[in-house]
Amino acid sequence: MNAIEISGLTKAYNGRTAVDHLNLAIGEGRLFSLLGPNGAGKTTIIRMLCCLTAPTSGDALLCGESILKNPAGVRALINVSPQETAVAQKLSVRENLELIAEIYGMRRREARETAEAMMRDFSLADRARERPAKLSGGLQRRLSIAMALISSPRVLFLDEPTLGLDVRARKDLWKHVEALKGKMTIILTTHYLEEAEALSDRIGILNRGRLSALGTAEEIVKASGRENFEEAFLSLTDEGAEA
Amino acid sequence: MRTWAFSTRNFKEISRDPLTAVFGVLLPVLLLLMIHALTSAVGAVNPAFAIVNFAPGMAVFSLTFVMLFSSMVVSGDRASAFLSRLFASPMGAGEYILGYSLPVLAIGLIQAAVCLVAAAAFGLNLTNLLPALISLIPSVLLFAGMGLLLGTALTDRQTGGVFPILINAATLLSGTWFDLKLIGGGFEAVGYALPFAHAVDASRLALMGNFAQALPHMGWVTLYAAALYALAVWLFRKKMRA
Repeated sequence: MNAIEISGLTKAYNGRTAVDHLNLAIGEGRLFSLLGPNGAGKTTIIRMLCCLTAPTSGDALLCGESILKNPAGVRALINVSPQETAVAQKLSVRENLELIAEIYGMRRREARETAEAMMRDFSLADRARERPAKLSGGLQRRLSIAMALISSPRVLFLDEPTLGLDVRARKDLWKHVEALKGKMTIILTTHYLEEAEALSDRIGILNRGRLSALGTAEEIVKASGRENFEEAFLSLTDEGAEA
Repeated sequence: MRTWAFSTRNFKEISRDPLTAVFGVLLPVLLLLMIHALTSAVGAVNPAFAIVNFAPGMAVFSLTFVMLFSSMVVSGDRASAFLSRLFASPMGAGEYILGYSLPVLAIGLIQAAVCLVAAAAFGLNLTNLLPALISLIPSVLLFAGMGLLLGTALTDRQTGGVFPILINAATLLSGTWFDLKLIGGGFEAVGYALPFAHAVDASRLALMGNFAQALPHMGWVTLYAAALYALAVWLFRKKMRA
């Protein structure tokens, strides 16, 4: 069964087409990565699927709910960890988690217990009372992802989750993402090719709003006729794709 | 439930900012103390400085900072990705508006109460404290609505620039520092066309036990508050859709 079915999804801003007639199906419980250079349309796709931006045309079904006809139904099924670290700066780690749990409908007690469990899972328990400003970039990003997971979403969007993190923090975050595979459908956007290769079941490469390749990393390399994934990516995007 | 959770978060965001205590509570009390010291030294040269007139003016002055707190929370959320996270959640527009307004209403009433109770030290009779606080509810909503509108329309930096102009205009036109009738003419007409002088008059009358006479002034302020809220809600919904 597909968790996401996208048909003809298009977004144009002032005459510029950011996403151009995207058609895509993503199976339930899979981790799908969207790769592409800056401005390829990755974040715009995420924003449309999260009902944050209305498409110019086309539609998408998330677990059977249309982003056009039932955005409230879609919002109840999904959660997102935005590109920037999206946390409330004057709340503690625990309070941030409890807030999101309650916003997604949990009662006070359940929210408290779930927040405790999330802090244990994400090794944040010893920082429970601290505000995000006191945490390192990697821990803040971990908190941001924990906040996205606390509602047990059926579809999780991770928009550039490791952007700006050092190698150790990035690898650490990968472990947490890998542990989620199979439990929910995950859409990951990233600039790091090795991240997509290491984590994804399937990868879509976007170029100028269009899907220029789709498949596993191996399939994409093979179809491109290049030696490795980086070369395949370069040949499928920007100047490479124009040649 | 969602509204309560979001309100609690906003209450914490505002109350944990040291500026809330400094501007919302300490500054009005300090001004009360200074004016009391001045009138004690040189006599009651200005009737507006009599404690029964000046304390309600300072209570309304303290509420102007509610506008700042409200706008800073909204514009701060807009500037960060936090609002994007919330917009992707099941929260609706009404829950955002209530969630931003309820904590500001509570903080505004606490500020006004602290200001009036502090004024008791300078001779203010607190027999009608409760009616006076009730008379200030439309004023809190007025400034909360202004804050919501500013926070939705402007960036946090722009809000910081606009705020001093608004606070000075609101205080000058409120009759806190001098009776508007002393200048009269167009100034008085503009002052009473706007809600600020009505806000001060309503709390003065309620504090003196003339609550019935305060009602028309409260009604005037409520009209402005409703208009500002309608505009803020319209703009917020528009930004949500965008």
